[in-house]
Amino acid sequence: MTTALSATGLGKQYGRRWALADCTVDVPEGRVVGLVGPNGAGKTTLLNLAVGMVRPTTGTIEVLGHAPSDRAEQLGRVGFVAQDTPAYSGLSIADHLHLGRWLNPRWDDDLAKRRIDQLGLDPSQRAGKLSGGQRAQLALTMAIAKRPELLVLDEPVASLDPLARREFLQLLMEAIAEDNLSIILSSHLVGDLERVCDYLIVLASSRVQVAGDVEELLSTHRRLIGPRRDPRSLPTDQQVIEEDHTDVQSTFVVRCDGPIHDPAWTVEQLNLEDLVLAYMGRARHGEDANHQRLSVLG
Amino acid sequence: MIHLVWRQFRVQALTTLALLAVVAVVLAITGPQLVHLYDTNVKPCRAQGDCSLVTKVFLSHYRLLQDLGSVVVVLPGLIGLFWGAPLVARELETGTYKLVWMQSTTRKRWLAVKLAVIGFASVALTGLLTLMVTWWSSPIDRVNEAPFAVFDQRGIVPLAYALFAFALGMTSGLLFRRTIPAMVVTLVGFAGIRVAITSWVRPYLFAPLHFTSALLLPQGNETSNPSPAALLRPGAWTLSDQTVNGTGRVIGQEGAISSGGGHMGVGFNYTGVGRATLQGVGPCPNKFPPQSAPVAVFERAAQACANKFNLREVLTYQPASRYWALQWCEAGIFVALALVLVGVSFWLLRRRFA
Amino acid sequence: MIHFHLDSRSGVPPYQQIVHQVRHAIQLGLLKEGQQLPTVKEASGHLAINPNTVLKAYKELEHAGLAASRPGIGTFVTKSLSDASIAAQGPLRHDLERWLVKARRAGLDNESIEALFQETFRSFSAEGVA
Repeated sequence: MTTALSATGLGKQYGRRWALADCTVDVPEGRVVGLVGPNGAGKTTLLNLAVGMVRPTTGTIEVLGHAPSDRAEQLGRVGFVAQDTPAYSGLSIADHLHLGRWLNPRWDDDLAKRRIDQLGLDPSQRAGKLSGGQRAQLALTMAIAKRPELLVLDEPVASLDPLARREFLQLLMEAIAEDNLSIILSSHLVGDLERVCDYLIVLASSRVQVAGDVEELLSTHRRLIGPRRDPRSLPTDQQVIEEDHTDVQSTFVVRCDGPIHDPAWTVEQLNLEDLVLAYMGRARHGEDANHQRLSVLG
Repeated sequence: MIHLVWRQFRVQALTTLALLAVVAVVLAITGPQLVHLYDTNVKPCRAQGDCSLVTKVFLSHYRLLQDLGSVVVVLPGLIGLFWGAPLVARELETGTYKLVWMQSTTRKRWLAVKLAVIGFASVALTGLLTLMVTWWSSPIDRVNEAPFAVFDQRGIVPLAYALFAFALGMTSGLLFRRTIPAMVVTLVGFAGIRVAITSWVRPYLFAPLHFTSALLLPQGNETSNPSPAALLRPGAWTLSDQTVNGTGRVIGQEGAISSGGGHMGVGFNYTGVGRATLQGVGPCPNKFPPQSAPVAVFERAAQACANKFNLREVLTYQPASRYWALQWCEAGIFVALALVLVGVSFWLLRRRFA
Repeated sequence: MIHFHLDSRSGVPPYQQIVHQVRHAIQLGLLKEGQQLPTVKEASGHLAINPNTVLKAYKELEHAGLAASRPGIGTFVTKSLSDASIAAQGPLRHDLERWLVKARRAGLDNESIEALFQETFRSFSAEGVA
């Protein structure tokens, strides 16, 4: 099976700041990949690198088996919906579809027209007069009508109201059901991702914190609640992701491959949001520790 | 890609075309009338002699349309500001580049097509306007006999200016990624380069010619000395008019001698009986009449003194025959600059945007 | 044709909810043998969930013998409520009512009854899987 996205030691530096560092992931084809993390964590950077908008500072990245480039073949295989779904405000919806037809060899005009119809949009209306949700639908239609193999969406629903968000995701899911599309979708709303994604990448502090199949991640992570205990006393196959202590009680989020035998623990399953929060918390603690260390030195 | 560029440019193109059409109609109507006026009033007068009054009356017609010449001067700058600077900057600013670059066309092709279509439109627009204004103004230019005074409104240089301004705008847009800063830099840059080339390069594209004549002091009712420029062929461009002494040193401008006190003009001081000093030069070797003598006698002595010192007036100029050579040269310079900028643009595109 | 709905807060995985809803519909007689279930596209579009989730649910239904997929056409119900299970439900209901009376007499209120049942049922189900 080929990979949709494969990165090794990928990094991007802007000025002195590393927007993304040390990123190594292997995402299989045919998945709906959720890229989640706090704002400024590097999600947009990773996606821009994937579609070839920017070039890496270090490391390599391959998309659908080829390095991202601005050559027609590669561009034809990847669809992109950028954050804030930019559109030409002076051009009408029909003009945008023409744009797609003129500039893409594999453009499916019928699909595009059908979708616009289905959405109840007026083709002669200027893009500048559309609501945020309608513009997002237009951008999605354009990306899908290109018949790509991989669809990349950067926070497509972040600024949409709940109804528009639901309609967008509905359209997206129908599109996947029709074609065997790979999708990479970034968001900071975990609830949406939970319904839709089967592969997860958590990005925080410009680094990949965890990546894997959602089912596998949920089955290998547990919450342990029990009497107060030093994390270092836990068996080595249980990796502590998050810990919380009171004077008598300890709560751990651990990653482990085998079953938990210790009867002192109450073992709970995690949902996706808890998992993401645990990893984001770990990243934040790592950052704080660094800052403290630096301020002690400085 | 061409379709897209046309769609985006459509409104601006049609508006300017409409304006151009209006101007064309106005010029087409008034042009022949101007020629008629010239043929009936100025031409016969010219054959006879002094025409200054008739000329003045003739030149007072269609004052407003004569200002179209200034439009030709300003047009390249406007093109740079409103067609060049936003070309790329606007897409970068609004984020639409993220949409269009993901359609299956390379970035180079995107820039090349935009550049070609709108660059061509810029040059065509400027060319048409210049052509119309040149045609319409020919009677007036014939009367004024000063082609170099309207050098940058006629001929082919305006097209080269337009191409340069457009290229400058496009490059600034790529560099600054925002329309307003790009516009500012385009305006300042374009104006600066135009002024610099007009002042320091155009005069010396070909080695200027010199015309030397003896310094003639004012006689009779004249308030200043007769200028030797009148002796040059009409239409010449005088770069400088200097007063030179016997050893060749420049001692003044335009037939005057600058002395320490900042006098303009040529002055004499009596130093004794029959003796005078030429200010800024030295004591006159010849005899001067007493102060009570008639003016004409004094003037003769003054002229003789100037001749004794071998004072000359040197004109540095470009003859009218070089007009077209200078046009082509300057146009070539601006086209070359434009091409360099285009190269820089593509380099910037590759470097900054994968 | 039935429409699915999801309770995202129930803690039950979406695919299982779909399986339950199909089962329930069959039991209530809303779905009969030969009727078509929503297509994967319709269901995933309607609920805005990953199509693989719907596929998984339908596969489990197939495994349980409740449905069968005909490639290119859709997924169809293969079993109606069997008379055997209808028959079994009567005495089961009776047993349950007797147990409830016992629990009441022991002093349990509604919440405690429900909690006891849920806990027992959960550990019973878990054992069954393990």
